[in-house]
Amino acid sequence: MNSGRLDATFAALADPTRRAILARLASGEASVTTLAKPFAMSQPAISKHLKVLERAGLIRRGRDAQRRPRRLEPKPLADATRWLERYRRLWEGRYQHLDALLDELKTKEKTPGDHR
Amino acid sequence: MKSAETLTVTTSSEREIVMTRVFDAPRQLVFDAHTKPDLVKRWLLGPPGWSMPVCEIDLRVGGKYRYVWRRDSDGTQMGIGGVYREIVAPERIVNTERFDEAWYPGEGLGTLVLVERGGKTTLTNTMRYESRAARDAILKSGMETGVAASYDRLAELLASTT
Repeated sequence: MNSGRLDATFAALADPTRRAILARLASGEASVTTLAKPFAMSQPAISKHLKVLERAGLIRRGRDAQRRPRRLEPKPLADATRWLERYRRLWEGRYQHLDALLDELKTKEKTPGDHR
Repeated sequence: MKSAETLTVTTSSEREIVMTRVFDAPRQLVFDAHTKPDLVKRWLLGPPGWSMPVCEIDLRVGGKYRYVWRRDSDGTQMGIGGVYREIVAPERIVNTERFDEAWYPGEGLGTLVLVERGGKTTLTNTMRYESRAARDAILKSGMETGVAASYDRLAELLASTT
């Protein structure tokens, strides 16, 4: 995996507006105007975010020259997500053990006769 | 009664990883589970097949901690340690973090924040690294359970962070 590309992906994902744009594009391509709608932002501001996403290879422009819809480019996102996912899985496993431990500690606290 | 709570992992900035998780327990118990070695050893495990033979905690500002995990099949060890910078029981711990095998530059800084509401505790664990390269090395490291994430899962992840 190209780590420079991965850097660009994570940098692009670090912004909530850009994550929201990606989430929207996950359900299909959309024009810049459509993408700008849910945000209280000017079109140039949205275009700036789109440029970052484009440079990171996360989105590309569709063929329609008039609308120039943006669409999701799945590969780099999948790479980045795979990393986060591995990390998440390790901690998810740990926290499930912690759930069990906390249940045990709570039960101990409630056991009559334990409190003096 | 309830399904397992969801863990979210996000990269809030270029140098950070943020984890958030709710636990169905009072804050004091969650704090104890992070600071008493006999409790920490029960849950802060490595990937399957790894044990945690060393767990030392000197819980005071300037005090050190040290954890070592061991792969039981071949004895491979992985250690991590650091210094406590800030302790506000039972709500906040700030500590440095450095792996024995220094394959990333500089130290990490971990901030654990516990907020209790209605008997449940929300844990936020922020790890800040000295560079984006260091953070990405952490994300890439050790976790050999690598299961390719499906596209649906991505959408879920994105939805949970927006």
